[in-house]
Amino acid sequence: MNAFAAIIRRDLLLALRRKSDLAMTLFFFIMVASLFPLAIGPEAAQLRTIAPGVLWVAALLASMLSLPRLFEADYLDGSLEQLALSPQPLALIALAKILAHWLSSCVPLVVLAPLLALQYGLEPRAVWILCISLALGTPLLSLLGAIGAALTLGVRGGGVLVALLLMPLYVPVLIFGAGAVDADASGLGVGANLSLIGAMLAASLFLAPLGTASALRIALE
Amino acid sequence: MFSLINWFRFASPQTFYPLAGRMMPWFFGVAAGLAAAGLYIGFFVAPTDAQQGQVYRVIFIHVAASWLSMFIYLVMAGWAAIGLALNTRLSFMMARALAPTGAMFAFLSLWTGALWGKPTWGAWWVWDARLTSELILLFLYLGVMALQAAIDDPRRGDRAGALLAIIGAINVPIIYFSVIWWNTLHQGASVSVTRAPSMAKTMLWGMLLMSLACWMYSIAMCLARARCIMLEREKHTGWVAELAGGGR
Repeated sequence: MNAFAAIIRRDLLLALRRKSDLAMTLFFFIMVASLFPLAIGPEAAQLRTIAPGVLWVAALLASMLSLPRLFEADYLDGSLEQLALSPQPLALIALAKILAHWLSSCVPLVVLAPLLALQYGLEPRAVWILCISLALGTPLLSLLGAIGAALTLGVRGGGVLVALLLMPLYVPVLIFGAGAVDADASGLGVGANLSLIGAMLAASLFLAPLGTASALRIALE
Repeated sequence: MFSLINWFRFASPQTFYPLAGRMMPWFFGVAAGLAAAGLYIGFFVAPTDAQQGQVYRVIFIHVAASWLSMFIYLVMAGWAAIGLALNTRLSFMMARALAPTGAMFAFLSLWTGALWGKPTWGAWWVWDARLTSELILLFLYLGVMALQAAIDDPRRGDRAGALLAIIGAINVPIIYFSVIWWNTLHQGASVSVTRAPSMAKTMLWGMLLMSLACWMYSIAMCLARARCIMLEREKHTGWVAELAGGGR
């Protein structure tokens, strides 16, 4: 447990020391979200209907953009091998790194999302639901993304490759996450969507670190 | 004696290479025969559909391609799992050899589906659950192939691709159901993809024959591709040198 907390602390510290990386992810999110109205037109009703989907896709892409940083630096300077050799299970170490990634790259997106949602003219209730769905869904993005990041470790063209590997796996998260606001608006109730995201989160909280650990072992061989 | 059977005799490329070479023409031959029979039934025996006319005949390749695209993914994930569990080289080669054929069938299924959809539904593409999940299946294939191709070390590429194939196989049902619910939530397109359940016997026979033909073709293609991979990987060994020398 000590190692778990130590790795989270170390990764967060490293992330805070490189503020420009964090800012880049955030600005990417803002810019993608701001480009859509420019392309589609300023009609308020139309923007309101596409807002949840656009913000979810933007958050998904932004979190994907930060994925290569998850293991890359540790892999290059050899500390990943030391971590793999340590007595702590590699899956636990991976989980700590994933958690740190979520805290440093995804939580800012969740915090920023309401602001962008107001730009799109969403109702306060819809903004809340969007935030809850993002708060539940972005850890899932980090967990699944870690597998992709570990598989493409040290591979040329890693960034684009990660996107190609992860798009299909992200589909359910995107559907239920972005669908939550629509489900509430159409009177279906938001419970089903959030429960499904929660169920997927619970399952991948257990499975994804194991998958990440075996992918890391393959990369380190 | 039961215990004297060597179960892993053909798990080594050296013994499997000639076996694959002997089996391949048979599978190609059976595939050609079944395809000829299936196409004959499809074009000349099966009656014209009452509602769709002649255009429905694309079903004979469309359904076969869809089935095979899903089936091959499972087989590929199965080989990948065997490879990771038993650490056999040949399993990874089989998984690698299957991926392009599976991707081809997924693409064929989407393409023929579009050709069928335009005259019957009036649209090349609708965001129906089945179409969408088939498209995502194609993406999964492309991801596995891209990962295998991007890693230069063949051993690492094999294992990484195998892990991704297994993760994809776990995800396929989740993706499928999420797409179905997404579709029902959005009320979908007004057209229905479900066909009338009753189908003339001859149509069913044509479909089955074509599916079997595609299946045999996949096996033959997989063997052919695996043979090339084996030669490439084992080029430093004696038996490949002997083979190459003997061919000269």
